[in-house]
Amino acid sequence: MNDDRDLIIDLAHVSKLYKMGNVIVPALTDASLSIQSGEMVSIVGPSGSGKSTLMNVLGCLDVPTSGKYLLSNEDVSQMNDNRLAKIRNAQIGFIFQTYNLLPRLTALSNVELPLLYGDSRDSKARCVQSLERVGLGERVNHKPSELSGGEQQRVGIARAIVKQPTLILADEPTGNLDSHSSNEIVAILQDLNKVENLTVVIVTHDSEVANCTNRIISMRDGRIIDDSRVQNRRWLKTLEYDSVGDNQF
Amino acid sequence: MNLSVNLRMALISLNTNKFRSALTLLGIVIGVSAVISLMAIGEGVQQTITSRIESLGTNLLFIRPGESSENRISRGQGSAQTLTLDDAKELQSSFSSSFITGVAPESTTTKQIVWEKNNTSTRIVGVTPEYQSVRNYSLQSGEFIGYGHMENNSQVAVLGSRVSETLFGLRDPVGQQVKIGGRPFQIVGLLESKGSTGSFGFLDDQVLVPITTSYHRLSSQRSVNGGITVQTINVQIAEPMEMERAVQEISTLIRQRHRIEENDDFTITNQQETIETLKETTNIFVIFLGAIASISLLVGGIGIMNIMLVSVTERTREIGIRKALGAKRIDILGQFVTEATVLSLGGGIIGVLVGLFFILMLDGKPIFGDRVLETGFSSQIAILSLAVSAGIGLFFGIYPALRASRLNPIDALRYD
Repeated sequence: MNDDRDLIIDLAHVSKLYKMGNVIVPALTDASLSIQSGEMVSIVGPSGSGKSTLMNVLGCLDVPTSGKYLLSNEDVSQMNDNRLAKIRNAQIGFIFQTYNLLPRLTALSNVELPLLYGDSRDSKARCVQSLERVGLGERVNHKPSELSGGEQQRVGIARAIVKQPTLILADEPTGNLDSHSSNEIVAILQDLNKVENLTVVIVTHDSEVANCTNRIISMRDGRIIDDSRVQNRRWLKTLEYDSVGDNQF
Repeated sequence: MNLSVNLRMALISLNTNKFRSALTLLGIVIGVSAVISLMAIGEGVQQTITSRIESLGTNLLFIRPGESSENRISRGQGSAQTLTLDDAKELQSSFSSSFITGVAPESTTTKQIVWEKNNTSTRIVGVTPEYQSVRNYSLQSGEFIGYGHMENNSQVAVLGSRVSETLFGLRDPVGQQVKIGGRPFQIVGLLESKGSTGSFGFLDDQVLVPITTSYHRLSSQRSVNGGITVQTINVQIAEPMEMERAVQEISTLIRQRHRIEENDDFTITNQQETIETLKETTNIFVIFLGAIASISLLVGGIGIMNIMLVSVTERTREIGIRKALGAKRIDILGQFVTEATVLSLGGGIIGVLVGLFFILMLDGKPIFGDRVLETGFSSQIAILSLAVSAGIGLFFGIYPALRASRLNPIDALRYD
């Protein structure tokens, strides 16, 4: 196993309770989890199993009700809104099921967004670079509506990696895509994980996708019920990023 | 997130809803242009009124006799017949010409004036030659009443432009013979129009005759001490600063001449005071207009707030995305406040231009008959309106922006 210094995520007995009217609903109960740098982990489980809550906590969008969360050895479980925003900006790249691109902005401007809220040196060059990384170097000035679903998600990936985060969090990244585009997205994530040693956490329903990661965490009723290595990990070949087959005619 | 980025974002999002942005802008445009043009009109009216009063002559004091009464019933101020031509002469000789530049007594009666088949009833004002300079009259043709006319009680007259128009149309009346109160008068001059109608119309609707002629030939008034009575003595002071002193010294002199110990039988009106009073009145008028216009500006501001609230709700998801990507509260706040301020300041700038356009359109347009409105556009009001409209954007934009900045990113991302 890796050394402790390479621990990216260290979650200890984390619980999250929501108040719904007068009833207190536990969304996450006593979750303990550690993820090393360079791992590619999937979180699976039925709806309502607490996956999203876990993602929100991991992504610093939410703070746990109890327990401790160290992100890169920094305790983020008690931080205020502004410090959490800074952490999200500098350390976490989000990829969403619905891409969540701003429709009025071009691919380039969308990728630029995280840079607006932090340091923004050489922003344009960096954005073009990360769009090239996902094979969209030719489409920097397209608006989301002019791109296919797979391409939009690739813009989403470019936006997630533009700040060179320590952690990529992907929430059902292939949920809205056909199998072809879906494979393409997973292949890119695998490639980023392997080549750049980026830590990737994917929430997914799809066991195919889960089998492409090296570790599967299963959840049910707000608890982690299983955490196991993937025996026969599937490797997807990156498609040389030709967007032609995807979108033309 | 710096200002230029915020501005670019604001323009992109305002551009997305062009029609809506334009309508919101319109609210501010109407408000600002209303403020600017109404203030300019108010300013113009004030200038017009002041300049009209000054067209009577400048630095004037008006001395009028006090009230008379009959069987203890007052006939009102100015009805007494205590002021005489000799008083005027005495004033002229007692003070140096560097202190009092002119003394012009006048007495007024109303008579029928007839030329051929035309006739009109008008004010016949008995004057002295000084009247021309003191009351600031110029002649269209002919000459003014001279000292010779005074001495000889000559039956000569100078016509006001309106009277001349009534009797003679466009012909030059000089040299013609008219009948005033049944007596023949030779017309020697025609006055230039003072260019006013309405309440000031009397300046053109009058006939000037020598004051001695008026007394001996036209009027039946006699003073108690036998002199020629006058109704007003116009006194022109050299220096406006000396007005107070002049009032003092003239009062003292007339009291001596009339042997008055207690109650004055005359009053002195200061023209400057009249102007000041009128200015105060018109100031209230200007402020009143401005206040009404400000209400429309306020309504425009509320329009901005309304549309920003709609915009925040519509863009909840965008706010969630931005927050997930690392936008802090202050970034979101800044973005929406910038958007509101761009709307209001943009509206302010267009409003100033539209207001300026109205002002230029109205400038020189007749308002009181043949008087034209001189609009007084002031850059101060323009700058003030711009500042106020920017302030409105900030004020009415801050609440929606605060709401946006306080959204929880998780809820915002889930929002459809």
